[in-house]
Amino acid sequence: MMATALGTPAGGASGPALLSVEDVTVRFGAVAALSGVSVDVHRGEIVAIIGPNGAGKTTLLNVISGFYHPRSGRILFQGRDRTHLKPFDVAALGIARTFQNVALFKGMSVLDNIMTGRLLKMRGSFLLEAVYWGPARRQELEHRAAVERVIDFLEIQAIRKTPAGRLPYGLQKRVELARALAAEPHLLLLDEPMAGMNVEEKEDMSRFILDVHDEFGTTIVLIEHDMSVVMDISDRVVVLDYGRKIADGPPEIVRKDQVVMDAYLGVAHD
Amino acid sequence: MIELLRAVFVAPFADMVGNPTFLVEVLIGGIAAGLMYSLVALGFVLIFKASGVFNFAQGVMVLFAALTLVGLMEKGAPVPVALGLTVIVMIALAFAIERVVLRPLVNQEHIILFMATIGLNFFLEGFGEMAWGANVKKLDVGIPDTSFLVRGVQINRLELTAALTAAALVTVLAVFFQRTKIGRALRAVADDHEAALSVGIPLKTIWVVVWSVAGLVAIVAGVMWGAKSGVQFSLSLIALKALPVLILGGFTSVPGAIVGGLIIGVGEKLGEVYWGPLVGGAIENWFAYVLALAFLLIRPQGLFGEKIIERV
Repeated sequence: MMATALGTPAGGASGPALLSVEDVTVRFGAVAALSGVSVDVHRGEIVAIIGPNGAGKTTLLNVISGFYHPRSGRILFQGRDRTHLKPFDVAALGIARTFQNVALFKGMSVLDNIMTGRLLKMRGSFLLEAVYWGPARRQELEHRAAVERVIDFLEIQAIRKTPAGRLPYGLQKRVELARALAAEPHLLLLDEPMAGMNVEEKEDMSRFILDVHDEFGTTIVLIEHDMSVVMDISDRVVVLDYGRKIADGPPEIVRKDQVVMDAYLGVAHD
Repeated sequence: MIELLRAVFVAPFADMVGNPTFLVEVLIGGIAAGLMYSLVALGFVLIFKASGVFNFAQGVMVLFAALTLVGLMEKGAPVPVALGLTVIVMIALAFAIERVVLRPLVNQEHIILFMATIGLNFFLEGFGEMAWGANVKKLDVGIPDTSFLVRGVQINRLELTAALTAAALVTVLAVFFQRTKIGRALRAVADDHEAALSVGIPLKTIWVVVWSVAGLVAIVAGVMWGAKSGVQFSLSLIALKALPVLILGGFTSVPGAIVGGLIIGVGEKLGEVYWGPLVGGAIENWFAYVLALAFLLIRPQGLFGEKIIERV
């Protein structure tokens, strides 16, 4: 069930962290994609990860969701070490994610796509399911109802039956968010949820993210390039550059940070 | 000219109407053969649905299953025991394939996985022969290859059993895919590995399940075909007949595999019996492929396949 946290104050460091990334290093061959990065995420926060291209943002998300495993360092979720878990185990802990390049099941309808988000919530009894009988039927209907709530929430009723692959990009991103929400996650990881969107779509997406946060108290970690969006919706900003964390704090402080400005704009040689 | 048109378009139908009992026999023969093709095609569909990979080794899996069964029976095991052991062997094979072939190739292009199944094909072929020998073996599962009469129509017991088995198997599988959460998970895995992992679907388990089921289907197909025509190397070539069935029915559709098999089975039998004499016979040998070719030109996704539309 979802905890309805009332939202910690911006940059809040109160209570134990929901997620702790401790001194994590990831290497691909000789390249250090992340070196000694530590980030704490607290319950109810919206944390934005920013940084120039190749800074290691997506790598950090992949480590958290179990797609990569760190060379050294630890990852704790709800106080328990889960450094070496596989992606599907991570999903089972209540961490849902979206991908930078939209990873939807293109041949399946929007509804079926979102239903897959509930796979972990379904209890299996093959025989019952096979005949679609009694409890299995009731279970399917319950999950259907939960999915319909997500569909209403994200305002995608009209495209329910459309194969996901046929939707325009902006809507695909929204369906991907819907699938992640259907899992009722404790922690939601969004990899560039607004990439490639126009201003209007970005505003919609920002509103959805804030609504999710307000309504369900979901803790959110997102990667985003659009600084105005980041400043608007995040409680805290973590800045990566060349695989290192160079800043971590409330948006209004981070934006004035000299190191961050240097990383983005380059250092003047004089 | 008129003579020819008559021979092609009128005479065969007149024959059919003139001797309905014989027509029914031909149709039954066609349906039985068609269901046997469907059985083999099913194995392909299962794996294709769950991994988007065309399993080149499916035909050899049929041969391997039949060889194992016959080999165990020759060693003196009674039919139920031999069958049970064969099931265990095929499931063990599924685990081995997942561990050795599929797991190291996660997230690779489909063509790479396809190449891996070609390797698997040769391995199983060699391994089967090494373990059980290369002679033609007779498989006797206790169903006599004899006929009985129903209202003057001859029905072969073996063909009837095969047809009923195939029908039952297909019903179970269709329900499995359409109705269960595993079915949905399978479709998800076939579509996108990464996304499937991220919603909590364990790829490993799914693959083992699918290859095991494909192995079980291979046993059924191997038993039926083996009982009909002996267990020998050419059994692996029935995979070639399954290919047009898949093209007709669509690679991703369980019902498609059945309907495709029936169309081809019935079509080639009718063609052979009624139109064969016109061209000196052998229609049965090419009918399926010509039909598949026509389908590729007109409806490449097959009767029930999903149309893939890529937006760019």
